[in-house]
Amino acid sequence: MSELKGWRELPIGTLPLKFSTEFKTGDWRTFRPVINQEKCVKCLLCWVYCPEMSIVWDGTKVSVNYDFCKGCGICAHECPVKAISMVPER
Amino acid sequence: MAAEKVRGVVMGLNGDEAVAWAVKQCNVDVVAAYPITPQTIIVERFSEFVANGEVNTEFVPVESEHSALSACVGAAAAGARAFTATASQGLALMWEILYIASGLRLPIVMAVVNRALSAPINIHCDHSDTMGARDSGWIQLYVEDSQEAYDTVIQAFRIAEHPDVLLPVMVNLDGFFLSHTLQDVRILPDEVVKKFVGTREPTKVKVPYLNNKEVPLVLDGETPITLGPLDLQDYYFEHKMPQIIAMENAKKVIKEVNEEYAKISGRKYGNGLIVPYGLEDADVAIVLLGSAAGTVRYVARKLRENGYKVGVLRIRAFRPFPIEDIVEKLRNVKVVCVMDRSVSFGAHGGPLFMEIRSAFYDMPERPIILNYIYGLGGRDLPPSTIKDIFMELLDIAKTGQARQLIKYVGVRE
Repeated sequence: MSELKGWRELPIGTLPLKFSTEFKTGDWRTFRPVINQEKCVKCLLCWVYCPEMSIVWDGTKVSVNYDFCKGCGICAHECPVKAISMVPER
Repeated sequence: MAAEKVRGVVMGLNGDEAVAWAVKQCNVDVVAAYPITPQTIIVERFSEFVANGEVNTEFVPVESEHSALSACVGAAAAGARAFTATASQGLALMWEILYIASGLRLPIVMAVVNRALSAPINIHCDHSDTMGARDSGWIQLYVEDSQEAYDTVIQAFRIAEHPDVLLPVMVNLDGFFLSHTLQDVRILPDEVVKKFVGTREPTKVKVPYLNNKEVPLVLDGETPITLGPLDLQDYYFEHKMPQIIAMENAKKVIKEVNEEYAKISGRKYGNGLIVPYGLEDADVAIVLLGSAAGTVRYVARKLRENGYKVGVLRIRAFRPFPIEDIVEKLRNVKVVCVMDRSVSFGAHGGPLFMEIRSAFYDMPERPIILNYIYGLGGRDLPPSTIKDIFMELLDIAKTGQARQLIKYVGVRE
């Protein structure tokens, strides 16, 4: 972790020091969603349902941003073609 | 005070109406409030001002006090000047938001019309509601009469929004004794108040993740910021320190605003933090908050006319607690009776007593300090009782012996 700041160095009013995107919050997953690209029909229902905006659509294929995915499994549950499987993290 | 400085018109108002008038003149952007006895008249009068088009305020008639303060938090975070008012159970329902308002450093002003807490239900005055909130990070000013309620609400916006403070302010007035009692209240001209309070200028902060760009500390789409997200063991403590310092800074600001307000109104309240009477030569003194101080001062004046050396210290600012000023004024008094209008169950005396007694710990010589708890649930404190207390204190001063440290005054055995 970087050097912690003292209270005199902090901006007033509980302002965060970094963008929230810089705090990686996906490190306590138990299961990770893995997308089978052969089965995926690119309907993007997973993108719609993901509560953490961790499904990434780059215009050609769907992928998962594991920095923020908590492994809740909603995407796998909603996928109409069962292209997403939940794999235990080691 | 020079007479020519006294301005404005005299109106027959009760304490609640006086507060509503002050808010009307302070150019408040958002008022979100829920009615509760004895605060209801504030909301009623103010909603009339809104309905009549006399103010441009966005009035939010919310469904609870929790929502009232939440709406004020949102409004203040967006840069608005926000006001709410409540009492007793209503303040209790606001509890978690009290800490959020002060933690986010939002200069909200709230009038609390002091009323006892249930159970049993009671609508009359004591200070148990706001004493419970004394650690919530709000500045607490207790007023003595309706004129002071009006004056203090106006001052409160200046105190709250001062860049060295940025804390919410509670203006506390005694339920029914003030809220429902008609008094001559001098109302300043609108433009004088408007000039005194000005418009809220949001503080600028350097945002680390925007390359230390300076942006207003408000929720604004142009320069988006986040307020009050998660702190764990790493930063929570660091975020509490500025709050502690701001509360300390408030002492100076309350004094300054009190002086500055005297220039536009001809009225000031002691040094802003405490209001002493007769303490130059007093052997004994009563220390208390709120409206009862008027009656105590009346009795003290009568006794002083008869040669008794008695004094009164009214604490106007309970938060921040003006420890230096209190010690300075009371150090030569022989017996001090701290009168609390609330109980801290299981504690060694009432809240005001504990702080004052603790303030004297480091003094080589200190007065005998006693605690008399009075007036719970609106129980009256008549002049005869006050006179008895003063005579008892004079007796203790003579003998140097007090039989009882903590007493409950006016309760039937």
